[in-house]
Amino acid sequence: MDEIMSKNNSEYLIERNDNVYEVVIGLEVHAQVTSNSKLFSSSSTKFGAEPNTQVSLVDAAFPGMLPVINEFCVKQAIKTGIGLRAKINNKSVFDRKNYFYADLPQGYQISQYKYPIVGEGNVILDMPEGQKQVGIERLHLEQDAGKSIHDIDPSNTLVDLNRSGVALMEIVSKPDLRSPDEVNAYIKKLRSIMRYLGTCDGNMQEGSLRADVNVSVRIKGSKDLGTRCEIKNVNSIKFMQMAIIYEANRQVDLIEEGQEIDQETRLFDTKKNETRSMRSKEDAHDYRYFPDPDLLPLEVTDEFIDKLKSEIPELPDDKKKRFIDEFKVSPYDATILVSDIDTAKYFEEVVAKMGKNRDMKLAVNWITGELFAVLNEKNIEITQSPISAKNLAKLINLIKNGTISGKIAKTIFELMLDGDIDPQIIVEEKGLKQESDPKALEALIDKIINDNREKAIEYKQGKEKLFGFFVGQAMKASGGKANPQLINEILKKKL
Amino acid sequence: MSEITSLTLYELIKNIKEKKISSNEAAKSFVDRAEKSKKINAYVTENFENCLKLSKEFDDKPNFDLKLPGIPIAVKDLFCTNEVRTTAGSNILNNFVPTYESTVTQNIWNEGGILLGKLNCDEFAMGSSNETSFFGNVQNPIAEDLVPGGSSGGSSAALAANLTPVTIGTDTGGSIRQPASFTGTVGLKPTYGSCSRYGIVAFASSLDQAGPMSKDVKDSSILLEVISSFDKKDSTSIDFKRNNYSSELTRNIKGLKIGIPKEYRVDGMPDEIEKLWKKGIEYAKDCGAEIIDISLPHTSYALPTYYIVAPAEASSNLARYDGVKYGLRSSGKNLIDMYEKTRSEGFGEEVKRRVMIGTYVLSSGYYDAYYLKAQKVRQLIKQDFDQAYNKVDAILTPSTPSSAFKIGEKSNDPVSMYLNDIFTVPVNLAGLPGISIPAGVDKNNYPLGLQIIGKPFDEQTILNIAYSMEEKINYKNNITDWWMK
Repeated sequence: MDEIMSKNNSEYLIERNDNVYEVVIGLEVHAQVTSNSKLFSSSSTKFGAEPNTQVSLVDAAFPGMLPVINEFCVKQAIKTGIGLRAKINNKSVFDRKNYFYADLPQGYQISQYKYPIVGEGNVILDMPEGQKQVGIERLHLEQDAGKSIHDIDPSNTLVDLNRSGVALMEIVSKPDLRSPDEVNAYIKKLRSIMRYLGTCDGNMQEGSLRADVNVSVRIKGSKDLGTRCEIKNVNSIKFMQMAIIYEANRQVDLIEEGQEIDQETRLFDTKKNETRSMRSKEDAHDYRYFPDPDLLPLEVTDEFIDKLKSEIPELPDDKKKRFIDEFKVSPYDATILVSDIDTAKYFEEVVAKMGKNRDMKLAVNWITGELFAVLNEKNIEITQSPISAKNLAKLINLIKNGTISGKIAKTIFELMLDGDIDPQIIVEEKGLKQESDPKALEALIDKIINDNREKAIEYKQGKEKLFGFFVGQAMKASGGKANPQLINEILKKKL
Repeated sequence: MSEITSLTLYELIKNIKEKKISSNEAAKSFVDRAEKSKKINAYVTENFENCLKLSKEFDDKPNFDLKLPGIPIAVKDLFCTNEVRTTAGSNILNNFVPTYESTVTQNIWNEGGILLGKLNCDEFAMGSSNETSFFGNVQNPIAEDLVPGGSSGGSSAALAANLTPVTIGTDTGGSIRQPASFTGTVGLKPTYGSCSRYGIVAFASSLDQAGPMSKDVKDSSILLEVISSFDKKDSTSIDFKRNNYSSELTRNIKGLKIGIPKEYRVDGMPDEIEKLWKKGIEYAKDCGAEIIDISLPHTSYALPTYYIVAPAEASSNLARYDGVKYGLRSSGKNLIDMYEKTRSEGFGEEVKRRVMIGTYVLSSGYYDAYYLKAQKVRQLIKQDFDQAYNKVDAILTPSTPSSAFKIGEKSNDPVSMYLNDIFTVPVNLAGLPGISIPAGVDKNNYPLGLQIIGKPFDEQTILNIAYSMEEKINYKNNITDWWMK
């Protein structure tokens, strides 16, 4: 990839000979709806159950079985649509997408084809160079298929239908993305919005979020779209980025060699880090879509939609704005704090517990610095944080009111990890209270100056660097407990 | 005992309630007669032993408040019955035993009915003569080697042969009314959405509807009252106020306006059908109804529309029979090979034909010209009826363009077979209720039926008209039990 040139942080351009290409990306994200039961049956959707234990007669497509729409899933899709600032359609239609496969019991997937439940919307990405709006084409509801397992039995394919019939939202973006970084930001933003809404847990390891990635390339500045390839079913952001880079370069190479790009469906081989042709346009399935006669068109009233709107929580973009306006947090910090709903909740709790004399900068730094480091190291979520928001707020207040120094605070923070201990108690038990008595500190400093007369003279002669030496000595002599601000003041006076 | 089997449902219920006949006696009579009637080939699966056992249990603890107290009933083998094999007349479901019960049959058992067995039908209800069944032809009790109609041919034959007091069929394009017409019995297709489709092997979902088949109109009203119910398990089931069809049944139809659609006078229709229709009009007048000429201008498009919509839905509905989960599985080299062998061996010719037609009309590039256009025409057909119902309360037509034909006579000519449904199909496309009642015989003494089509959810009116005309027509089947000799 040595031929990639970057003009700014998130732009992705490919240079070949004298041509500069940009990549055009559109995503079809399949997000599993958070719901206890499936889209058209009452079977459980719980992840990780024994194979074929969460399968109803409807899911296994027994003769005479009929789908009945799960109202909760409809609400979840509408809420997601609201979160994407999208048009909610009062009428949508479930179609049958017909094809044969062992893990597709009905012989068709029920999906919304012509008339989706959610129309156009948009998502705002916070990129290093500023905000970028990505268009949403549509969101529709559909059933997931089961799972074919080819690697357990040497001569047979085994089928697990637990996932068969689970509700998915397919969120189709416009071809507005231009780089792997933007794809990363887009997926994370979508996931963040859906987590705020509680409509999809976004867990990529469990397959709750996967995407088909449409990639094409064109000379930078061109208005026409190139021929696209669709990379099917990629299940991590990293793989999406790798697949895009591979695929974009493959297409550029073909163009540079004077060859045509075939519109086709490709697979990303994660082991070889390459995309491979799955089927060409000519071999594309004819899905014979038609409205499912077992289901009436789905109609939702404006009142129904308005009621759901009233249940929508504050979403990341609004929360970020509020954090900036109300808490005077920097846009950069605000983006980090709101990206995950639980982080935002934690932060707001810390703010609340800090009380009137709160210090936002300290709060942000401690959360995004020390706390995040611990969470990363332990590989846990903020909801499992070993230190409660209440006790972190106390620690910050102890720094703020001068009881402890920032340095001591780090020591206390380490001690707090072991069972969410109240920092006040640690301060008292370990005698870590900051020494802020000017008389005691003066005596201590007098002694240091006495012991280091020569250095004191050098300082007076202009060797100002030595000031730090005296601060260090004073801190050392106090066992780290001396109030650094007072030390500074006294030293300046005495030297 | 033979009198028991020739009783109407109403009479049988009365006798059981008055303790003149026990449920077990009734069951025995029907079982005995069935044993002597194997030649009819009405049954695909007999449930005789269990029926006898359950009838005894009913007699031990009778509940005469039920609408069908201890009544043995055989049903079309398209209804899934818990623990009793359900084949839909197909090899592909030859060994399929459901673990669940269709809502319609459950309603019957809830009211005290007892399953006698599962009745033969055209494969997946695709046929008009019962000749497409994997389980062989059914004899029409009217005369040897005559088809009983289809697809509910086993049901109509069992009814006419007195093997069951009443039965239920399903009607997608005429599959209740045409066999009723061919066997001198009564068959009612309710409004789409009246009877739940839950647990009925699907043929064409937007057209399929279960309904009663009986010896007379009153019996159909009793059975309809039991099977028609709102069911949350079927999204197309409709929650409307259902009549007490049997107690509200009346012969007073004075002043009702009955429409005669001129478009049903089709080319090449036999004189005797024309005569029957005229006779029917006179009967209706005699009953006090007012006869009004009406027009249903899109009638001639109904059959082609039906033969696009129904196969399209069927091609998709039958995709689940793939050998993976249940039913027949033929072994193959790989998945595709297994599919091809299973479906080649599992489905008969007519089913394959319709799956292919359906696949074709849904294919990209053909969808707009066929399926979409058919749906538009279907709307026009529905509008024809809507407009007609501004002027009339019901519509009177022949049930079929001919009487029953000989087995094998049309089996190599699908189009001529499809023409059988010409008068019944528009009713399914419009989702309306329709009833066929026996109204006379042709030159061979084969029964002929008249159809009364009603407004949506107005089964009561067509039952009343049928009930009233039935008295005037006074039709009686002449069944000689020829198959026992």
